Amino acid sequence: MNREEKQILFEPVVDNNPITLQVLGICSALAVTAKLAPSLIMCLALSVVLVCSSAAISLIRNHIPTNIRIIVQITIIASLVIVVDQVLRAYAYEISKQLSVFVGLIITNCIVLGRAEAFALQNPVRESILDALGHGMGYSTILILVATLRELLGSGTLLGHPILRLTRDGGWYEPNGLMLLAPSAFFIIGLLIWAVRTWKPAQVEKSQYRIHVVHRSTEAY
Amino acid sequence: MPADTVPAGRVPGLRIFSRPNDDPGKILAVAITLCLVCSLLVASAAVLLKPQQERNQALAIRKQIVNVAGYPAADADQVEALFRQHIETRLLDLDSGEFDDSIDPAGYDTRAAARDPARSRALAPEADPAKIKRRPDRVPVYLVREGEHIKTAILPVYGYGLWSTLYGFLALAGDGRTVTGLTFYEHGETPGLGDFISNPAWQAKFRGKQAFDEQGRPRLGVIKGGVDPASPAARYQVDAVAGATLTSRGVDKLLHYWLGDQGFGPFLKRLQAQGGNA
Repeated sequence: MNREEKQILFEPVVDNNPITLQVLGICSALAVTAKLAPSLIMCLALSVVLVCSSAAISLIRNHIPTNIRIIVQITIIASLVIVVDQVLRAYAYEISKQLSVFVGLIITNCIVLGRAEAFALQNPVRESILDALGHGMGYSTILILVATLRELLGSGTLLGHPILRLTRDGGWYEPNGLMLLAPSAFFIIGLLIWAVRTWKPAQVEKSQYRIHVVHRSTEAY
Repeated sequence: MPADTVPAGRVPGLRIFSRPNDDPGKILAVAITLCLVCSLLVASAAVLLKPQQERNQALAIRKQIVNVAGYPAADADQVEALFRQHIETRLLDLDSGEFDDSIDPAGYDTRAAARDPARSRALAPEADPAKIKRRPDRVPVYLVREGEHIKTAILPVYGYGLWSTLYGFLALAGDGRTVTGLTFYEHGETPGLGDFISNPAWQAKFRGKQAFDEQGRPRLGVIKGGVDPASPAARYQVDAVAGATLTSRGVDKLLHYWLGDQGFGPFLKRLQAQGGNA
Protein backbone atom coordinates (compact mmCIF):
# COMPACT_ATOMS: atom_id res chain seq x y z
CA MET A 1 0.00 0.00 0.00
CA ASN A 2 1.61 3.26 -1.06
CA ARG A 3 1.36 6.63 0.68
CA GLU A 4 -1.56 7.83 -1.38
CA GLU A 5 -3.61 4.74 -0.59
CA LYS A 6 -2.79 5.04 3.10
CA GLN A 7 -4.03 8.60 2.99
CA ILE A 8 -7.31 7.54 1.32
CA LEU A 9 -7.80 4.89 4.01
CA PHE A 10 -6.89 6.85 7.14
CA GLU A 11 -7.82 10.44 6.30
CA PRO A 12 -11.57 9.89 7.05
CA VAL A 13 -10.83 8.61 10.57
CA VAL A 14 -9.94 12.02 12.02
CA ASP A 15 -8.89 14.54 9.38
CA ASN A 16 -11.94 14.14 7.14
CA ASN A 17 -14.36 12.38 9.47
CA PRO A 18 -17.82 11.88 7.97
CA ILE A 19 -19.57 12.81 11.24
CA THR A 20 -17.41 15.48 12.87
CA LEU A 21 -16.17 17.29 9.73
CA GLN A 22 -18.69 16.48 6.99
CA VAL A 23 -21.53 16.27 9.55
CA LEU A 24 -23.26 13.42 7.67
CA GLY A 25 -24.97 10.29 9.03
CA ILE A 26 -26.16 12.10 12.14
CA CYS A 27 -29.61 10.44 12.29
CA SER A 28 -28.33 6.96 13.09
CA ALA A 29 -25.55 8.38 15.29
CA LEU A 30 -28.28 9.90 17.49
CA ALA A 31 -30.73 7.05 17.34
CA VAL A 32 -28.80 3.84 17.96
CA THR A 33 -26.09 4.95 20.39
CA ALA A 34 -27.92 4.54 23.72
CA LYS A 35 -26.24 1.11 24.06
CA LEU A 36 -22.88 -0.11 22.77
CA ALA A 37 -23.94 -3.51 21.37
CA PRO A 38 -26.47 -2.22 18.81
CA SER A 39 -24.03 0.56 17.88
CA LEU A 40 -21.33 -1.99 17.02
CA ILE A 41 -23.76 -3.92 14.82
CA MET A 42 -24.84 -0.66 13.20
CA CYS A 43 -21.18 0.27 12.46
CA LEU A 44 -20.64 -3.14 10.92
CA ALA A 45 -23.83 -2.93 8.87
CA LEU A 46 -23.02 0.54 7.55
CA SER A 47 -19.40 -0.37 6.74
CA VAL A 48 -20.46 -3.50 4.83
CA VAL A 49 -23.05 -1.55 2.81
CA LEU A 50 -20.57 1.29 2.19
CA VAL A 51 -17.74 -0.98 0.99
CA CYS A 52 -19.97 -3.17 -1.19
CA SER A 53 -21.84 -0.25 -2.75
CA SER A 54 -18.65 1.70 -3.45
CA ALA A 55 -17.07 -1.38 -5.02
CA ALA A 56 -20.14 -2.15 -7.14
CA ILE A 57 -20.61 1.43 -8.29
CA SER A 58 -16.93 1.86 -9.09
CA LEU A 59 -16.96 -1.41 -11.06
CA ILE A 60 -19.70 -0.22 -13.40
CA ARG A 61 -18.86 3.50 -13.25
CA ASN A 62 -18.02 3.78 -16.96
CA HIS A 63 -21.40 2.34 -17.91
CA ILE A 64 -23.65 4.39 -15.63
CA PRO A 65 -25.58 6.87 -17.80
CA THR A 66 -25.33 10.32 -16.15
CA ASN A 67 -29.07 11.02 -16.23
CA ILE A 68 -30.05 7.88 -14.26
CA ARG A 69 -26.91 7.93 -12.09
CA ILE A 70 -28.60 8.67 -8.73
CA ILE A 71 -31.30 6.06 -9.24
CA VAL A 72 -28.68 3.44 -10.20
CA GLN A 73 -26.72 4.21 -7.03
CA ILE A 74 -29.80 4.13 -4.80
CA THR A 75 -30.92 0.81 -6.32
CA ILE A 76 -27.56 -0.76 -5.54
CA ILE A 77 -27.46 0.72 -2.02
CA ALA A 78 -31.07 -0.28 -1.25
CA SER A 79 -30.52 -3.86 -2.40
CA LEU A 80 -27.43 -4.19 -0.21
CA VAL A 81 -29.26 -2.71 2.78
CA ILE A 82 -32.12 -5.21 2.38
CA VAL A 83 -29.63 -8.08 2.25
CA VAL A 84 -27.84 -6.82 5.37
CA ASP A 85 -31.19 -6.37 7.16
CA GLN A 86 -32.25 -9.93 6.26
CA VAL A 87 -28.93 -11.32 7.51
CA LEU A 88 -29.29 -9.44 10.81
CA ARG A 89 -32.84 -10.76 11.24
CA ALA A 90 -31.55 -14.28 10.71
CA TYR A 91 -28.39 -14.16 12.82
CA ALA A 92 -28.73 -11.23 15.27
CA TYR A 93 -32.48 -11.21 15.89
CA GLU A 94 -32.53 -9.40 19.27
CA ILE A 95 -30.22 -6.60 18.14
CA SER A 96 -32.03 -6.22 14.82
CA LYS A 97 -35.23 -5.66 16.82
CA GLN A 98 -33.48 -2.96 18.86
CA LEU A 99 -32.15 -1.29 15.70
CA SER A 100 -35.70 -1.47 14.26
CA VAL A 101 -35.94 0.92 11.29
CA PHE A 102 -32.43 2.28 11.50
CA VAL A 103 -30.83 -0.52 9.49
CA GLY A 104 -33.34 0.16 6.70
CA LEU A 105 -32.53 3.86 6.97
CA ILE A 106 -28.92 3.17 5.93
CA ILE A 107 -30.38 3.58 2.42
CA THR A 108 -30.84 7.28 3.12
CA ASN A 109 -27.60 7.66 5.08
CA CYS A 110 -25.79 10.51 3.35
CA ILE A 111 -22.37 8.95 3.91
CA VAL A 112 -23.18 6.02 1.57
CA LEU A 113 -24.61 8.06 -1.31
CA GLY A 114 -22.03 10.78 -0.63
CA ARG A 115 -19.08 8.41 -1.13
CA ALA A 116 -20.71 6.91 -4.22
CA GLU A 117 -21.20 10.35 -5.79
CA ALA A 118 -17.99 11.97 -4.63
CA PHE A 119 -15.54 9.10 -4.96
CA ALA A 120 -16.65 5.74 -6.38
CA LEU A 121 -18.07 7.29 -9.54
CA GLN A 122 -14.65 8.69 -10.55
CA ASN A 123 -12.15 6.25 -9.05
CA PRO A 124 -11.00 2.66 -9.61
CA VAL A 125 -12.34 -0.20 -7.50
CA ARG A 126 -9.34 -0.61 -5.18
CA GLU A 127 -9.22 3.06 -4.20
CA SER A 128 -13.02 3.16 -3.82
CA ILE A 129 -12.94 0.21 -1.42
CA LEU A 130 -10.20 1.86 0.63
CA ASP A 131 -12.12 5.14 0.71
CA ALA A 132 -15.31 3.34 1.79
CA LEU A 133 -13.43 1.37 4.43
CA GLY A 134 -11.90 4.62 5.74
CA HIS A 135 -15.26 6.33 5.98
CA GLY A 136 -16.73 3.24 7.65
CA MET A 137 -13.95 3.45 10.24
CA GLY A 138 -14.51 7.20 10.70
CA TYR A 139 -18.24 6.66 11.28
CA SER A 140 -17.57 3.71 13.60
CA THR A 141 -15.00 5.64 15.66
CA ILE A 142 -17.52 8.36 16.49
CA LEU A 143 -20.42 5.95 17.03
CA ILE A 144 -18.38 3.77 19.40
CA LEU A 145 -17.15 6.83 21.34
CA VAL A 146 -20.67 8.25 21.69
CA ALA A 147 -22.21 4.87 22.57
CA THR A 148 -19.51 4.10 25.16
CA LEU A 149 -20.11 7.43 26.91
CA ARG A 150 -23.90 7.10 26.74
CA GLU A 151 -24.10 3.52 27.98
CA LEU A 152 -21.53 4.11 30.73
CA LEU A 153 -23.10 7.31 32.05
CA GLY A 154 -26.70 6.38 31.29
CA SER A 155 -26.82 2.80 32.54
CA GLY A 156 -23.45 2.29 34.27
CA THR A 157 -22.74 -0.69 32.01
CA LEU A 158 -20.69 -1.53 28.91
CA LEU A 159 -22.06 -4.17 26.53
CA GLY A 160 -24.47 -5.00 29.36
CA HIS A 161 -21.72 -5.72 31.91
CA PRO A 162 -21.92 -3.50 35.02
CA ILE A 163 -18.93 -1.13 35.27
CA LEU A 164 -20.16 1.62 37.60
CA ARG A 165 -22.15 0.21 40.53
CA LEU A 166 -25.55 1.90 40.59
CA THR A 167 -27.04 3.39 43.76
CA ARG A 168 -30.12 1.19 43.37
CA ASP A 169 -27.83 -1.87 43.62
CA GLY A 170 -26.02 -0.40 46.65
CA GLY A 171 -23.22 1.30 44.65
CA TRP A 172 -22.26 4.96 44.31
CA TYR A 173 -23.28 5.89 40.76
CA GLU A 174 -26.61 7.57 40.06
CA PRO A 175 -27.30 6.97 36.33
CA ASN A 176 -27.94 10.02 34.18
CA GLY A 177 -31.28 9.41 32.47
CA LEU A 178 -30.62 12.12 29.88
CA MET A 179 -27.86 9.94 28.41
CA LEU A 180 -30.47 7.39 27.33
CA LEU A 181 -32.37 10.01 25.31
CA ALA A 182 -31.42 11.18 21.81
CA PRO A 183 -30.57 14.81 22.80
CA SER A 184 -27.54 13.62 24.80
CA ALA A 185 -26.01 12.33 21.55
CA PHE A 186 -26.39 15.84 20.11
CA PHE A 187 -24.45 17.25 23.06
CA ILE A 188 -21.73 14.60 22.88
CA ILE A 189 -21.27 14.92 19.12
CA GLY A 190 -21.18 18.74 19.48
CA LEU A 191 -18.51 18.49 22.17
CA LEU A 192 -16.56 16.01 20.03
CA ILE A 193 -16.63 18.38 17.04
CA TRP A 194 -15.37 21.16 19.33
CA ALA A 195 -12.61 18.94 20.71
CA VAL A 196 -11.45 17.76 17.26
CA ARG A 197 -11.40 21.34 15.92
CA THR A 198 -9.42 22.55 18.92
CA TRP A 199 -6.91 19.76 18.32
CA LYS A 200 -6.81 20.35 14.53
CA PRO A 201 -7.60 24.04 13.90
CA ALA A 202 -7.37 23.42 10.12
CA GLN A 203 -10.87 21.93 10.32
CA VAL A 204 -12.42 25.17 11.55
CA GLU A 205 -14.48 26.61 8.72
CA LYS A 206 -13.99 30.24 7.70
CA SER A 207 -16.96 32.37 8.69
CA GLN A 208 -19.13 33.02 5.69
CA TYR A 209 -19.76 36.60 6.74
CA ARG A 210 -18.36 39.07 9.24
CA ILE A 211 -20.40 41.32 11.43
CA HIS A 212 -19.34 44.85 10.53
CA VAL A 213 -18.39 46.78 13.64
CA VAL A 214 -19.98 50.21 13.64
CA HIS A 215 -18.53 52.80 15.98
CA ARG A 216 -20.79 55.74 15.31
CA SER A 217 -24.46 55.36 14.58
CA THR A 218 -24.24 57.85 11.70
CA GLU A 219 -21.90 55.48 9.83
CA ALA A 220 -24.54 52.83 9.82
CA TYR A 221 -26.79 54.69 7.44
CA MET B 1 -10.97 2.25 -20.60
CA PRO B 2 -9.36 1.29 -17.25
CA ALA B 3 -8.55 -2.39 -16.85
CA ASP B 4 -10.81 -2.98 -13.84
CA THR B 5 -14.15 -2.12 -15.40
CA VAL B 6 -16.50 -4.69 -16.90
CA PRO B 7 -15.47 -5.33 -20.51
CA ALA B 8 -18.26 -4.61 -22.95
CA GLY B 9 -18.71 -5.07 -26.64
CA ARG B 10 -16.64 -8.23 -27.00
CA VAL B 11 -19.55 -10.60 -26.32
CA PRO B 12 -22.25 -10.25 -29.04
CA GLY B 13 -25.20 -10.03 -26.60
CA LEU B 14 -23.44 -7.29 -24.64
CA ARG B 15 -22.80 -5.10 -27.70
CA ILE B 16 -25.44 -2.63 -26.52
CA PHE B 17 -23.19 -1.78 -23.55
CA SER B 18 -20.48 -0.48 -25.88
CA ARG B 19 -22.80 2.28 -27.09
CA PRO B 20 -22.28 5.77 -25.63
CA ASN B 21 -23.72 6.32 -22.16
CA ASP B 22 -26.37 8.82 -23.31
CA ASP B 23 -27.84 6.40 -25.88
CA PRO B 24 -31.46 5.59 -24.89
CA GLY B 25 -30.97 1.90 -25.69
CA LYS B 26 -27.98 1.73 -23.39
CA ILE B 27 -29.80 3.60 -20.60
CA LEU B 28 -32.62 1.05 -20.80
CA ALA B 29 -30.21 -1.86 -20.98
CA VAL B 30 -28.27 -0.66 -17.92
CA ALA B 31 -31.46 -0.02 -15.94
CA ILE B 32 -32.99 -3.42 -16.77
CA THR B 33 -29.78 -5.36 -16.10
CA LEU B 34 -29.28 -3.57 -12.79
CA CYS B 35 -32.86 -4.28 -11.70
CA LEU B 36 -32.53 -7.96 -12.60
CA VAL B 37 -29.24 -8.38 -10.75
CA CYS B 38 -30.49 -6.49 -7.67
CA SER B 39 -33.81 -8.32 -7.50
CA LEU B 40 -32.01 -11.65 -7.80
CA LEU B 41 -29.75 -10.64 -4.89
CA VAL B 42 -32.62 -9.45 -2.69
CA ALA B 43 -34.87 -12.41 -3.52
CA SER B 44 -32.21 -15.02 -2.84
CA ALA B 45 -31.30 -13.39 0.49
CA ALA B 46 -34.97 -13.35 1.53
CA VAL B 47 -35.61 -16.97 0.48
CA LEU B 48 -32.39 -18.45 1.84
CA LEU B 49 -32.61 -16.75 5.23
CA LYS B 50 -36.34 -17.28 5.78
CA PRO B 51 -36.10 -20.61 7.70
CA GLN B 52 -33.61 -19.12 10.16
CA GLN B 53 -35.74 -15.97 10.61
CA GLU B 54 -38.83 -18.08 11.27
CA ARG B 55 -36.95 -20.07 13.90
CA ASN B 56 -35.95 -16.77 15.55
CA GLN B 57 -39.55 -15.54 15.54
CA ALA B 58 -40.90 -18.77 17.01
CA LEU B 59 -38.25 -18.64 19.72
CA ALA B 60 -39.00 -14.96 20.44
CA ILE B 61 -42.70 -15.84 20.91
CA ARG B 62 -41.85 -18.71 23.25
CA LYS B 63 -39.55 -16.39 25.18
CA GLN B 64 -42.42 -13.93 25.66
CA ILE B 65 -44.72 -16.74 26.82
CA VAL B 66 -42.16 -18.04 29.31
CA ASN B 67 -41.40 -14.52 30.58
CA VAL B 68 -45.04 -13.50 30.96
CA ALA B 69 -45.61 -16.75 32.84
CA GLY B 70 -43.10 -15.46 35.38
CA TYR B 71 -39.97 -17.41 34.43
CA PRO B 72 -37.20 -15.01 33.40
CA ALA B 73 -35.15 -16.66 30.67
CA ALA B 74 -32.31 -15.23 28.65
CA ASP B 75 -30.86 -17.68 26.14
CA ALA B 76 -32.49 -20.00 23.66
CA ASP B 77 -31.81 -23.27 25.53
CA GLN B 78 -33.30 -21.88 28.77
CA VAL B 79 -36.40 -20.72 26.92
CA GLU B 80 -36.94 -24.14 25.30
CA ALA B 81 -36.33 -25.98 28.58
CA LEU B 82 -38.69 -23.76 30.59
CA PHE B 83 -41.32 -23.92 27.87
CA ARG B 84 -41.24 -27.74 27.82
CA GLN B 85 -41.18 -27.98 31.60
CA HIS B 86 -43.91 -25.52 32.58
CA ILE B 87 -46.12 -24.60 29.66
CA GLU B 88 -49.08 -26.70 28.55
CA THR B 89 -50.41 -25.70 25.12
CA ARG B 90 -54.11 -26.35 24.48
CA LEU B 91 -56.40 -25.35 21.66
CA LEU B 92 -59.42 -23.44 22.91
CA ASP B 93 -62.81 -23.24 21.21
CA LEU B 94 -63.67 -19.58 21.83
CA ASP B 95 -67.49 -19.89 21.55
CA SER B 96 -67.88 -22.75 24.01
CA GLY B 97 -64.90 -21.88 26.17
CA GLU B 98 -63.92 -25.58 26.15
CA PHE B 99 -60.62 -27.08 25.06
CA ASP B 100 -60.62 -28.79 21.69
CA ASP B 101 -58.07 -31.59 21.64
CA SER B 102 -59.04 -32.92 18.21
CA ILE B 103 -56.36 -30.75 16.53
CA ASP B 104 -52.68 -30.75 17.46
CA PRO B 105 -51.83 -27.24 18.74
CA ALA B 106 -48.17 -27.63 17.65
CA GLY B 107 -48.92 -27.14 13.96
CA TYR B 108 -51.82 -24.73 14.44
CA ASP B 109 -51.46 -21.37 12.68
CA THR B 110 -53.87 -18.83 14.16
CA ARG B 111 -53.33 -16.28 11.41
CA ALA B 112 -54.07 -18.85 8.68
CA ALA B 113 -57.19 -19.96 10.58
CA ALA B 114 -58.39 -16.35 10.83
CA ARG B 115 -58.19 -16.04 7.03
CA ASP B 116 -60.03 -19.32 6.36
CA PRO B 117 -63.84 -18.82 6.24
CA ALA B 118 -64.38 -22.43 7.37
CA ARG B 119 -62.42 -21.90 10.57
CA SER B 120 -63.27 -18.30 11.42
CA ARG B 121 -66.10 -15.84 11.59
CA ALA B 122 -66.42 -12.39 10.03
CA LEU B 123 -67.08 -9.62 12.56
CA ALA B 124 -69.46 -6.76 11.89
CA PRO B 125 -67.69 -3.38 12.20
CA GLU B 126 -69.64 -2.44 15.38
CA ALA B 127 -68.72 -5.76 17.02
CA ASP B 128 -65.07 -5.38 16.08
CA PRO B 129 -63.43 -2.69 18.23
CA ALA B 130 -59.99 -4.29 17.83
CA LYS B 131 -60.38 -4.14 14.01
CA ILE B 132 -59.37 -7.74 13.44
CA LYS B 133 -62.13 -8.27 10.78
CA ARG B 134 -62.22 -12.08 11.19
CA ARG B 135 -61.99 -14.01 14.42
CA PRO B 136 -60.64 -17.58 14.37
CA ASP B 137 -62.89 -20.22 15.97
CA ARG B 138 -59.99 -21.70 17.91
CA VAL B 139 -56.81 -20.20 19.37
CA PRO B 140 -53.95 -21.79 21.27
CA VAL B 141 -53.76 -20.91 24.98
CA TYR B 142 -50.79 -21.58 27.23
CA LEU B 143 -51.39 -22.87 30.75
CA VAL B 144 -49.11 -23.08 33.76
CA ARG B 145 -50.40 -25.65 36.26
CA GLU B 146 -49.74 -26.17 39.91
CA GLY B 147 -50.91 -29.73 40.41
CA GLU B 148 -54.28 -29.91 38.68
CA HIS B 149 -55.00 -26.27 39.39
CA ILE B 150 -54.32 -23.61 36.72
CA LYS B 151 -51.85 -21.07 38.11
CA THR B 152 -51.62 -18.85 35.03
CA ALA B 153 -53.53 -18.80 31.74
CA ILE B 154 -51.68 -17.03 28.93
CA LEU B 155 -54.06 -15.86 26.24
CA PRO B 156 -53.06 -14.59 22.78
CA VAL B 157 -54.53 -11.15 22.08
CA TYR B 158 -54.23 -8.93 19.03
CA GLY B 159 -55.74 -5.84 17.49
CA TYR B 160 -54.98 -2.79 15.42
CA GLY B 161 -52.96 0.13 16.81
CA LEU B 162 -51.95 3.09 14.68
CA TRP B 163 -50.01 1.52 11.80
CA SER B 164 -50.10 -2.16 12.47
CA THR B 165 -51.64 -5.12 14.23
CA LEU B 166 -50.27 -5.55 17.75
CA TYR B 167 -49.73 -9.18 18.74
CA GLY B 168 -49.30 -10.04 22.39
CA PHE B 169 -50.20 -12.19 25.35
CA LEU B 170 -52.40 -11.42 28.33
CA ALA B 171 -51.65 -13.53 31.39
CA LEU B 172 -54.40 -14.07 33.97
CA ALA B 173 -54.20 -15.87 37.30
CA GLY B 174 -56.18 -19.09 37.83
CA ASP B 175 -59.11 -17.09 39.24
CA GLY B 176 -59.74 -15.81 35.69
CA ARG B 177 -59.79 -12.22 36.95
CA THR B 178 -56.39 -11.02 38.16
CA VAL B 179 -53.94 -9.88 35.49
CA THR B 180 -50.44 -11.24 36.03
CA GLY B 181 -48.89 -9.76 32.91
CA LEU B 182 -49.26 -8.31 29.43
CA THR B 183 -46.67 -8.38 26.69
CA PHE B 184 -46.44 -7.62 22.98
CA TYR B 185 -44.08 -9.52 20.70
CA GLU B 186 -44.87 -8.10 17.29
CA HIS B 187 -45.99 -4.68 16.12
CA GLY B 188 -45.05 -2.00 13.60
CA GLU B 189 -45.77 1.08 15.70
CA THR B 190 -43.61 4.22 15.51
CA PRO B 191 -40.14 3.68 17.01
CA GLY B 192 -39.70 5.94 20.04
CA LEU B 193 -43.47 6.63 20.38
CA GLY B 194 -45.89 3.73 19.85
CA ASP B 195 -43.27 1.12 20.64
CA PHE B 196 -43.76 1.80 24.37
CA ILE B 197 -46.04 -1.26 24.30
CA SER B 198 -42.96 -3.50 24.24
CA ASN B 199 -41.38 -1.61 27.16
CA PRO B 200 -41.24 -3.95 30.20
CA ALA B 201 -41.68 -1.01 32.62
CA TRP B 202 -45.03 -0.10 31.06
CA GLN B 203 -46.11 -3.75 30.75
CA ALA B 204 -45.40 -4.20 34.47
CA LYS B 205 -48.15 -1.68 35.30
CA PHE B 206 -50.75 -4.31 34.33
CA ARG B 207 -49.58 -6.74 36.98
CA GLY B 208 -52.18 -7.08 39.73
CA LYS B 209 -54.95 -5.23 37.87
CA GLN B 210 -58.45 -6.68 37.75
CA ALA B 211 -59.89 -7.66 34.38
CA PHE B 212 -63.61 -7.69 35.36
CA ASP B 213 -65.89 -5.80 37.73
CA GLU B 214 -68.35 -7.42 40.18
CA GLN B 215 -70.98 -7.78 37.45
CA GLY B 216 -68.49 -9.68 35.29
CA ARG B 217 -68.13 -6.92 32.69
CA PRO B 218 -64.65 -6.54 31.15
CA ARG B 219 -63.14 -3.33 32.53
CA LEU B 220 -59.37 -3.66 32.07
CA GLY B 221 -58.18 -0.75 29.94
CA VAL B 222 -55.79 2.05 29.17
CA ILE B 223 -56.98 5.57 30.04
CA LYS B 224 -55.87 9.02 29.07
CA GLY B 225 -55.06 11.67 31.66
CA GLY B 226 -53.52 9.48 34.34
CA VAL B 227 -54.98 6.93 36.71
CA ASP B 228 -56.27 8.39 39.99
CA PRO B 229 -55.08 5.89 42.61
CA ALA B 230 -57.88 6.97 44.97
CA SER B 231 -60.66 6.14 42.52
CA PRO B 232 -62.28 2.70 42.78
CA ALA B 233 -61.78 2.25 39.02
CA ALA B 234 -57.98 2.44 39.43
CA ARG B 235 -57.86 -1.33 39.88
CA TYR B 236 -58.87 -1.77 36.23
CA GLN B 237 -56.84 1.04 34.71
CA VAL B 238 -53.36 1.70 33.34
CA ASP B 239 -51.97 5.04 32.10
CA ALA B 240 -51.90 5.72 28.37
CA VAL B 241 -48.69 7.14 26.96
CA ALA B 242 -48.48 10.73 25.74
CA GLY B 243 -47.62 11.09 22.07
CA ALA B 244 -49.01 7.65 21.29
CA THR B 245 -52.75 8.11 21.71
CA LEU B 246 -53.82 5.78 18.91
CA THR B 247 -51.51 2.98 19.98
CA SER B 248 -52.77 3.34 23.58
CA ARG B 249 -56.35 3.28 22.33
CA GLY B 250 -55.56 0.18 20.25
CA VAL B 251 -54.35 -1.65 23.38
CA ASP B 252 -57.46 -0.53 25.29
CA LYS B 253 -59.81 -1.76 22.55
CA LEU B 254 -58.11 -5.08 22.00
CA LEU B 255 -58.20 -5.84 25.74
CA HIS B 256 -61.92 -5.00 25.81
CA TYR B 257 -62.59 -7.18 22.81
CA TRP B 258 -60.64 -10.25 23.91
CA LEU B 259 -62.01 -10.14 27.48
CA GLY B 260 -65.56 -9.88 26.12
CA ASP B 261 -68.06 -12.54 25.05
CA GLN B 262 -66.65 -12.64 21.50
CA GLY B 263 -63.18 -13.32 22.87
CA PHE B 264 -62.16 -15.29 25.93
CA GLY B 265 -65.33 -14.41 27.88
CA PRO B 266 -66.83 -17.95 27.88
CA PHE B 267 -63.51 -19.58 28.85
CA LEU B 268 -62.81 -17.05 31.63
CA LYS B 269 -66.33 -17.44 33.06
CA ARG B 270 -65.77 -21.17 33.20
CA LEU B 271 -62.42 -20.61 34.89
CA GLN B 272 -63.96 -18.22 37.42
CA ALA B 273 -66.80 -20.64 38.21
CA GLN B 274 -64.49 -23.64 38.59
CA GLY B 275 -61.89 -21.71 40.60
CA GLY B 276 -59.01 -22.43 38.26
CA ASN B 277 -59.80 -26.06 37.54
CA ALA B 278 -60.20 -26.47 33.82
